[in-house]
Amino acid sequence: MGWAIALHGGAGDIPLTLPPERRLPREACLRHCLQLGVDALKSKKSPLDVVELVVRELENNPHFNAGKGSVLTTNGTVEMEACIMDGNTMKCGAVSGLTTVVNAISLARLVMERTPHIYLGFDGAEAFAREHGVETLDASHFITPANIERLKQAKEANRAQIDYMQPVQKNEKDAATTDGDSQIGTVGCVAVDNDGNLAVATSTGGFVNKMVGRIGDTPIVGAGTYANSLCAVSATGKGEAIIHGTVARDVAALMEFKGLSLEEAAACVVKERVPKGNVGLVAVSATGEVTMPFNTTGMFRACATEDGYSEIAIWPSTED
Amino acid sequence: MGGWAIALHGGAGVDPNLPHHRQEEAKEVLARCLNMGISALRSSLPALDVVELVVRELESDPVFNSGRGSALTEKGTVEMEASIMDGMGRRCGAVSGVTTVKNPISLARLVMDKSPHSYLAFSGAEDFARLHGLEVVDNDYFITEDNKGMLKLAKEANAIMFDYRIPTVLPDTCGASVENPLQMNGLPISVYAPETVGCVVVDGQGRCAAATSTGGLMNKMSGRIGDSPLIGAGTYAGSLCGVSCTGEGEAIIRGTLARDVAAVMEYKGLGLQEAVDFVVKERLDEGKAGLIAVSRDGEVACGFNTNGMFRGFATEDGSVEVEIW
Repeated sequence: MGWAIALHGGAGDIPLTLPPERRLPREACLRHCLQLGVDALKSKKSPLDVVELVVRELENNPHFNAGKGSVLTTNGTVEMEACIMDGNTMKCGAVSGLTTVVNAISLARLVMERTPHIYLGFDGAEAFAREHGVETLDASHFITPANIERLKQAKEANRAQIDYMQPVQKNEKDAATTDGDSQIGTVGCVAVDNDGNLAVATSTGGFVNKMVGRIGDTPIVGAGTYANSLCAVSATGKGEAIIHGTVARDVAALMEFKGLSLEEAAACVVKERVPKGNVGLVAVSATGEVTMPFNTTGMFRACATEDGYSEIAIWPSTED
Repeated sequence: MGGWAIALHGGAGVDPNLPHHRQEEAKEVLARCLNMGISALRSSLPALDVVELVVRELESDPVFNSGRGSALTEKGTVEMEASIMDGMGRRCGAVSGVTTVKNPISLARLVMDKSPHSYLAFSGAEDFARLHGLEVVDNDYFITEDNKGMLKLAKEANAIMFDYRIPTVLPDTCGASVENPLQMNGLPISVYAPETVGCVVVDGQGRCAAATSTGGLMNKMSGRIGDSPLIGAGTYAGSLCGVSCTGEGEAIIRGTLARDVAAVMEYKGLGLQEAVDFVVKERLDEGKAGLIAVSRDGEVACGFNTNGMFRGFATEDGSVEVEIW
């Protein structure tokens, strides 16, 4: 037993040649968020509070595809979604189609705590945010030049693009290793405290050049986000594949129904429920274990456990 | 074992005081839709096509809470949602916030077949429908007088009216007593409440499919999304089975009900009815819901912890049933 925390900033075809100006700020953010989460756990904040505060920080960082820095829809707009779940009570909250709410994850939590519903979307969600005085900013706040550029390239390539892919080359040999429309760039955090209480939070802008109104796996309980008394899971990758693979739920289901360990269950799902190149996840168990498997080239990730272990990484570690 | 099978539902949780003629009316609609499904299966239509056509028929009929006859939002409008899943390959499509598309289940299918995505909502979904020439009508078309009345009562009661009404059951009764908390002016609210609809099918080739469609909760907040369009919650189909749920949306989401039926079959080796019973018993806590399921071996099953569930079944060996209690 002991506390544990893991967070991610998206899985996908992150090229090994990722230039320092793109790699370093993200690593720094992961490090910073990990520390925030660890400090919060050490000061006995509930896992639900911990995952929310970590994801808020990731949303505010423009280098990740959530909140500010969200990728753009085909109309050049931002439509954000998020989901939070408390493994203890199984209560959850989700939002989609947000355009002005600064922290989607906090709105998701508000839906969970202040409405009889679980999931609010689009105009209804925005109206709810205003009724509750949640911080909103003009839509332009969330749009970054990097994402305007990505959208431009995606349109030129005339297909949806993963946001970590290199600028589109004429002979996209790297693209050949991905499943054309692979999508990454969600952020998420899972945490467990000393008493085995679990929680998860996931947030995203979706994927570049997505159709207006497209909902991905993130706000779908059981797909991109899930927590119960056994584990908490946050997934990232190609939303459509994660939805029909019911990824987050399946990790817990394998533990519950087949008696697999957290690591075995997560590895099994990543290997067998979703085609290669499409998914990564972070998960913690009630007993303080952590696992961060992915079947993509890389996944921005970080984790720490009470016994002192910690890791910040992008590509597979050499033992894999 | 083997052969085709079909099940459909029109909602879990039924007022035990529902007037007899309303019960008969609902059963007639279920029977008619069931027969359409049976004919389709006899002419070897694939499972995916059968679930779509049956749910389209249920949506078009104003008796149930989907398409025409949908429950109303707090604004008095209709916001519909639906999802469909093909067990073969686990392809899926879902829509939410649909306001003018006559048959939301067909829009969900279109999302699955003709878009790079699995789930579209609100204006994006509506635009996509128009792009593909789906039949659209004014939002008024979906609104019935009955539902306007219900909305008014719900607002007066200042409570969300779930799309079924569970009478408060005292622990020492067998569930037959009705202490309906939703009484207005001394009169019980015994008006029949329309319910979410769904259909699950396994065809002659052993392929499973599932489809669910709804208007959601009466007096819901605009923008509220329930379980029906969420894959794994209200709808699921895989190689082993097809499942569609109905009831308290929030409980179905938390319990990932539809996926769990398939998961216990896959991971615990349970049979279809065992899996359904397990999920209804273990995954709902205080939540109220029901579900129908078919297996690739031609079995049908249902389970519910509510007071009744509108349902119908048929299997290739000739058995046909339409039930409420």
